[in-house]
Amino acid sequence: MIKQQFETPTGYKKWTYGFLAVGLAAFIAGVMFLALSKEEHDHTRFWAVLLQNSLFFLFTCNACMFFICANTLGHSAWQTTFRRVPEAISALVPVFSVITLVIFIAIIMGGQTHIYHWIDKKAVANDKILTWKSGFLNPTFFFVWTIITMFVWSYTGAKMRKLSREADDEQMATEQARKYIWVNTVWSGIFIVFFALTVGSTIPWLWLMSIDAHWYSTMYSWYTFGSTFVSGLALIALFIIFLKNHNYLEYTTAEHLQDVGKYIFAFSIFWTYLWFAQFMLIWYGNIPEETIYFKIRFQGPYESIFWINFCVNFIAPILILMTRGSKRNYAIMTFMAVALVLGHWLDFYQMVMPGTLGEHYSLGWFEWGTLALFIGITMHFTGKALSKSPLMPKYHPYIKESVMHHT
Amino acid sequence: MNIKKFVVGCFDDEAVLFPAVKKVRKAGYKIHDVYTPFPVHGLDAAMGLRETRLHTAGFIYGLSGTCTALGFISWVLTKDWVLNYGGKPHFALAAWIPIIFELTVLFSAVGMTLTFCYLCQIAPFVKRHHFHKRATDDLFVMVIECTSKTNVQETENFLKNAGALEVNTQLAETGWWLGRYDLDRKLFESKTETITA
Repeated sequence: MIKQQFETPTGYKKWTYGFLAVGLAAFIAGVMFLALSKEEHDHTRFWAVLLQNSLFFLFTCNACMFFICANTLGHSAWQTTFRRVPEAISALVPVFSVITLVIFIAIIMGGQTHIYHWIDKKAVANDKILTWKSGFLNPTFFFVWTIITMFVWSYTGAKMRKLSREADDEQMATEQARKYIWVNTVWSGIFIVFFALTVGSTIPWLWLMSIDAHWYSTMYSWYTFGSTFVSGLALIALFIIFLKNHNYLEYTTAEHLQDVGKYIFAFSIFWTYLWFAQFMLIWYGNIPEETIYFKIRFQGPYESIFWINFCVNFIAPILILMTRGSKRNYAIMTFMAVALVLGHWLDFYQMVMPGTLGEHYSLGWFEWGTLALFIGITMHFTGKALSKSPLMPKYHPYIKESVMHHT
Repeated sequence: MNIKKFVVGCFDDEAVLFPAVKKVRKAGYKIHDVYTPFPVHGLDAAMGLRETRLHTAGFIYGLSGTCTALGFISWVLTKDWVLNYGGKPHFALAAWIPIIFELTVLFSAVGMTLTFCYLCQIAPFVKRHHFHKRATDDLFVMVIECTSKTNVQETENFLKNAGALEVNTQLAETGWWLGRYDLDRKLFESKTETITA
């Protein structure tokens, strides 16, 4: 019998509540010992960690919708049997948008100048570079563009999910199916164009790069995108394997998993390529205002994190995921997916922390606790979204092609 | 010269070809190859071909490219002809990575192409026997190799029953040869190929 409707297993619930409990405990302790502490350094740590986690998970969940839309635009059918998985993960975009927005309001209205240096009006007035950038880096523009971005991501994502659920009801006639695909294509197009305007360019400059307010790099956004797309794909792979192990997703086979693995492999290299292109140009140009960004990361206190980042996010996937067999093996794929999510979380860590905490960073109870909190939130809402609708759009025009998918 | 006898069956439908391939294998005939106008998904599995090891060769070629580039550049720039480029260290690994990468790609691409040509025995000016001209157009051509124990008539009937539109027997060179097709008429003891438009 084919199990179409996902019911959250008790083990999953236990883990979710476990993560949430640990995370909440860490969060409450963080509020007491860090946010309400007398030391300014503790405030910065508190908000920087929340910023890092909320942005990482928001981008990652949104990357799952990018996966669906990019494949829809390419008229690829293979994703159809398991597309409810990325859909369910992308249902978290509104949730994380709200959390991120609250954190932004607290940081900017609360005047956390160690995180966003450009909100300090006095400093901007005495600083040639920041004055010059103030047309872009100012609270009004920040909030307007952030709210528009979050709204459009959530809205177009919800629209795509709604369209997908239309394929649950009844068999479509040829004309109707053609129209259905066309409507899907149009909405994916809207999402992708807006995605390029936000994740592909402005949003990472605004949210992350402005932490190092004096420094700039045009490749930064693509590099951030590469990082989050790999983690999004890793999440998709994790959930596929989880569902397969609980006898769901009958029609998703090793062929589909291998193609997800190929995506992970390819985009790990893509991430490294962008990271290296950014690094090498700056290294070669050797201009002090540019090299300052890498000085602290490459030769300073973040050196060990830098090398872990390099090994986990590049060396490991390129060597382990290269062969066909490893991409079809549940154990290896699970291991790599978990490693890559953590690796790119660490990548975000080294994006945020050097500009905020500098050499006084710590990777302690609060950092791991907050990670647990966000993992708990992700698991809770993804499980809820998965159980909302059947795990396969039964009457999707591409479903047959997807079932027969062969690599 | 390594001339063998082959029984050739032509099919015009994938849906007929697949069961036919399975039946032929089950009956114990040795399939020389199946020639198709386009790549057919799953045919390799149906024919029971083992997976290619070309990618392993590609990995080794790539690795040798990496080593060649890294070895050569580092020898030139740190031992043989040391230059100071803008105060950069002599062992300027970051600047070399693009070239190391390019050479990796070049070695693996060229190496894999040549290996592929060798494995398939194709090369410029080198000829191979065509079992049926329409195999490049609209026919699926299954070729069964005859051994000393094969009954040709029985094999032909078997293929016909399996749905072949056209069946014939050919003597052909299994390897490759240099030269032109029309000068190699003598190669085939009997001309059996008939082309129907």
